[in-house]
This record gives sequence, C-alpha cells and structure tokens, in this order.
Amino acid sequence: MSIFQSLIKKEILHLLRDFRTIIVVLVIPVVLLLLFGFAISTEVNNVRVAAVVEQHTNETRHILEQFRTNTYFTFKGIIPFDEIENILRKGDADAVVIFRSELGELKHQIIVDASNTNMAQTSTAYLESVISSATGIPVVTNTLYNPQLKSAYNFVPGIMGMIFILICAMMTSVSIVSEKETGTMNLLLVSPVRPWTIILGKLIPYFLLSCIILTLMLILSYTVLGIPFSFSVINVIWITILYVILALALGLFISTIASTQVSALLVSGVMFMIPVVLLSGMIFPVENMPLVLQWFSCIIPARWYISAMRVLMIQQLPIKYVLTEVVVLSVMTMIVLVLAIKKFNAKK
Amino acid sequence: MKNMIDIQGLTKRYGKLVALDHVNLSVSEGCMFGLIGPDGAGKTTLYQILTTLLSPNEGSAVVAGLDVVKDYKKLRTEIGYMPEKFSLYPDLTVDENLHFFASLFGVDVKDNFDLIAPIFDQLKKFPNRLAGALSGGMKQKLALGCALIHRPRVLLLDEPTTGVDAVSRSEFWNMLATLKEKGITILVSTSYMDEAERCDCIALINKGKILDINTPGKLIENTDKNLYNASSKDMYPLLEALRTLPDIKDCYTFGATLHIVTNDSFNPDNTISQLRQRGLKDVNIWPANGNIEDLFIKLAKNDG
Repeated sequence: MSIFQSLIKKEILHLLRDFRTIIVVLVIPVVLLLLFGFAISTEVNNVRVAAVVEQHTNETRHILEQFRTNTYFTFKGIIPFDEIENILRKGDADAVVIFRSELGELKHQIIVDASNTNMAQTSTAYLESVISSATGIPVVTNTLYNPQLKSAYNFVPGIMGMIFILICAMMTSVSIVSEKETGTMNLLLVSPVRPWTIILGKLIPYFLLSCIILTLMLILSYTVLGIPFSFSVINVIWITILYVILALALGLFISTIASTQVSALLVSGVMFMIPVVLLSGMIFPVENMPLVLQWFSCIIPARWYISAMRVLMIQQLPIKYVLTEVVVLSVMTMIVLVLAIKKFNAKK
Repeated sequence: MKNMIDIQGLTKRYGKLVALDHVNLSVSEGCMFGLIGPDGAGKTTLYQILTTLLSPNEGSAVVAGLDVVKDYKKLRTEIGYMPEKFSLYPDLTVDENLHFFASLFGVDVKDNFDLIAPIFDQLKKFPNRLAGALSGGMKQKLALGCALIHRPRVLLLDEPTTGVDAVSRSEFWNMLATLKEKGITILVSTSYMDEAERCDCIALINKGKILDINTPGKLIENTDKNLYNASSKDMYPLLEALRTLPDIKDCYTFGATLHIVTNDSFNPDNTISQLRQRGLKDVNIWPANGNIEDLFIKLAKNDG
C-alpha cells in the first residue's frame, strides 16, 4: 500500500471508529434542512382576524367573505368597538379591522398585535391586499421564482453555506490539532513522508464526507422540500465543491494557528460560524445591514456562496449570472490555501 | 569508535528563554547514552532538534553522519523517535498502528518483525485491541515497536518510562539492552536516577547546559565523600535544625531519609547529642553511598 493510501485509510478508520461524530455529521444537515424547511418558517399562516363594522354594506360583506374563505386567515367574527383591546390583549386575535363609512366612502383601520413584528408586518400586508382588492384599484403582484414565498427556498442555500463550513473547517482543524495534541503529528513529521502528502491525506477524507453530505442535501432539497429541479444542479455541484475546498483550506489554516482542540473549536466557531449565520445573508438580508457590516460581509465566503446558490437553485439562471461570486470564491480559495500551506510548512 | 551523534555548540532560544546553551555532546556508535535532567532542562528541545522537528539557532548536530538541517530528509529514515507521551492512535488497533507506521517508512512489517519480536511477545496475543485500551506498559511497548519498525540506526527515546509501573520499566530497560546488542545506538532521557545507572554513559543536563558527561561509575566517584543519611520521627524539624549546623554544607530529602553533605570535621555522635539538646529525639545518622542523584543536586547547586 502506498503512503498516501495508508494515510487515507487511517483517516477513514478514525472517522468510522468515531461513530457518534459521523452520525452527528450526517444527521445535523438533514435535521437543519427539515427544521428550517418546515418548522421554522417566516411565512405567516392563520392570521386570526376580527372585524368591527359600523354599518354593513355590500363592500364590507364582500371583504368579510374574503376573510372567511382565505386560507391565510381565521375569521374570529364581528365584535363591538369596545371589545377590541380586550380580544387583542387576551391573544384571541392577531389583528382587528375597523370599517367606517365616511361620506358614503368606506374607510378602514387596522389594529395589529405587534408583539411579533414579523407576524404583524406580514399580516398587515395580507389584510391590506385583501381590502384593496375588494375596494380600490387592485394591485397585481407577480412573485417570480418563489411564487408561494416558501421560506424553505430561502433557507436551503443558507444551510448549505453553514454546514460545509461547519463540517470541513471545524472537523479538519480539530482532527489535525488533535494529532498535534497527542504528539502523533510529530511522528508523521519525522517520517520521510512529505508535508504535502500529510495535508492531502487529511483533507481528502473530509472532502469525500462533504460530497456524501452534498448528495444527501441535494436529494432532500429536490424531493422533500420540492425545490424545482433543473440542469443548473451541475453548476450548484461544482460551485459547492469549490466552496468545500475553500472551507477545507480554512480548516487547515485554523489548525496552524490553534494548538489545542478546544481552541480550534473556538476559533472555527467564533471566526466562522457566527459570522456565517449573522452576516452571510442567510437570515438577515445583507442589503439591510449598516454599511460597515456590509463591507465586512464581503470577506465572508458564505455570503458569496449563498448568493450564488440562490441564483442557481431558486432563480435557476445560467452560470453567467453568478460570475462575480465564482471569481470571488476562487480568489479566496487560492489565498487561503497558499497561506495555510505556507504556515504549515514553516519551521519553528 | 565512530560517533553516531555529534553535537557542537548547539543553541536554541525561544524568545528570551535559552532552552539549549552551547551544548556539546557526542555519542559513539552502539552506545546506550543517558540524558539526565529535571523537567525544563532542555531535553525535549534537544530531541526535537535531533529529530529535525526544530532548527537550532546556532551550532550543528550530526546524526548518523547526516546534518540535522541540511540532510534532514535522508536523516528521517535513519532515526526512530519515541516522544515523551506515547504517541499512538488510540482509536486504531495494535496491528493497524504498527502497519501504519511501517507504511510511513515504506517498509513491510514482515521484513522487520524479527527486530521487534521480543518486544511484541505479549502484544501478539491481542492484535485487534485498540491502542487506547492498552495498559501503560503495553502502550510503551507498542510505541517502541512502532519507532523500530523501519530498522533505524539511532533510537531517540524521550522519557520513555514516565508514568509506567516499576515492573514494566525494568522490562523496558532489558529490551533496550537487547536492542543495543543488535548495534542500535540509543539516546534515552529519563528523570529516574536508578535508570541512569543502566546506561553506558550519561550526560547531566540542567537549564540548557551540560553539567557533566561520564560513565555512571566515574560520576559516582565524584560524589561527596562526606555523605550521611539522617532520620528521626519528625523529619521536617530535623531538616530545619540540620541546616543551621556549621559542619553541614547541604541537607536535602532523599526518599524516606535526609542526605547531609558535611565538612571533614563532622562527627555524627556530636551532632546527635547537639540535636537532642534542641529537643529532637530518635535521631539516627549513618554514612551513605552517593549516587547520581546526589551528584546532580551538587552540580545543579554549584551552577547556581
């Protein structure tokens, strides 16, 4: 067996023997994907709405009929004016609409429980659109790419951006640093094996693991989560592989700075996980951030990866629309790889 | 006889700290050479330079005729290294560890098994046990086996018996003696003084400096002639009292007793009666044979 093969075999044995980690590594992506895909959603269903009507007209009847039939609403009935505060306070309704006729014209007022801002904004928008379509000039909104505004579509790229940093950067750095801690790294280094071979022997098993996870996530996305399948999946795959290589290089880089497993975990956690979650646009849109944070987000690989994934997976546009992202990711990969290898080779 | 390890003016600094200070040392071929010194003396740094893991700031080191800086690639196949902790993969089995280290050097376990067969006598029975589940003595044997599997000419052992029980330690030294007979040069560091006496030649090292190099017998001759054991019921008051007496140059605990180094004019009986006046009863003082530990304490003290 060649040196290279036996290095890889050893690493795979480490992974297989550490059964708990391998389960966690395979289960976390699935759980996160399903959790964000179904349970945690920013969509608002079942807005419980009550109405105060001073004078019934055809218009008000028409609107109330819409509330009853629309699946996004649960109509709680018509209530007297002085009940409004009570019903909102008890939490029996999320919003109350007051209809009043002034000079033969129907006016309305929406009172909404804003203890959950997200819910309040969305339900106000729903109510406005229902009322305006019944009264004034109807606004025709055409939602492209994600017509049902499913939040799963939004989260899949984000979760992929996070998972690969987690697995590649964190696991490789911890595995290299653990060899430093136990002293086996010194034994590898005093053997005639070249440093390059040692590094590749470490990175390739985790690369293969990432490929398995990528397959798992793509299958789930296109089946369970129902993201429309198209040939852009080929672009999704190779850009993800580029991103995985970048994450592996980051892991290698961390391992050259950190001297204990705990510090490797902390560095990869603090330096990568938190910015990825908060600043990559996974949850909070980059465009809404203060300017300084927007600049800062530019150095976070996940930001570019996630935005490329949105274009390719959700919009399903051809590759030319994500050229910037691809170039940025490639340049980052080159820089981190060169830095990591230089630091790894540096003799004390 | 040819020198297998030749160290000239070797200096290594970590910032302001001088870990090795112009160390000169040579080990002849087929010799079992002991490196004796307390923690922090610079032993591990010396090993890391000899194994090409660190580069020295000054001086040169030649191992098996190869310079540790210039010929480090070639040198790596000639040395077997066993670091301070037993560095094995605890989640790999005995066999997997051995085969992995053999493959690193591009050798076959079968070809070189004769060399490690005596070491593997007990380990042979459970080739599929995880290395992490072995006892301390077994781990040490496996680590030694892994360090030897490529038939190195020089074996570098950094505190190989730390944390191992007395029986395993003694077995381990017997194994080293067998390896020496096969012509392997061994540089071994230890902080156990009884082990030092099993080496052909030893170097005493402290604070990055070599204090003395000689055979254990010659070194012991250099210990103080006026050396006595002292004991009583209450050891600590005795130690304090002895240190105030004019005839006594030095006094330190040595196992269950105290060792005292004295002037020529020292008289044990007079001292016992003097101590009795101070209220210390049951004091015994009798002549002691100095060993390397005594010498070491003396040298380290002179060094300052």
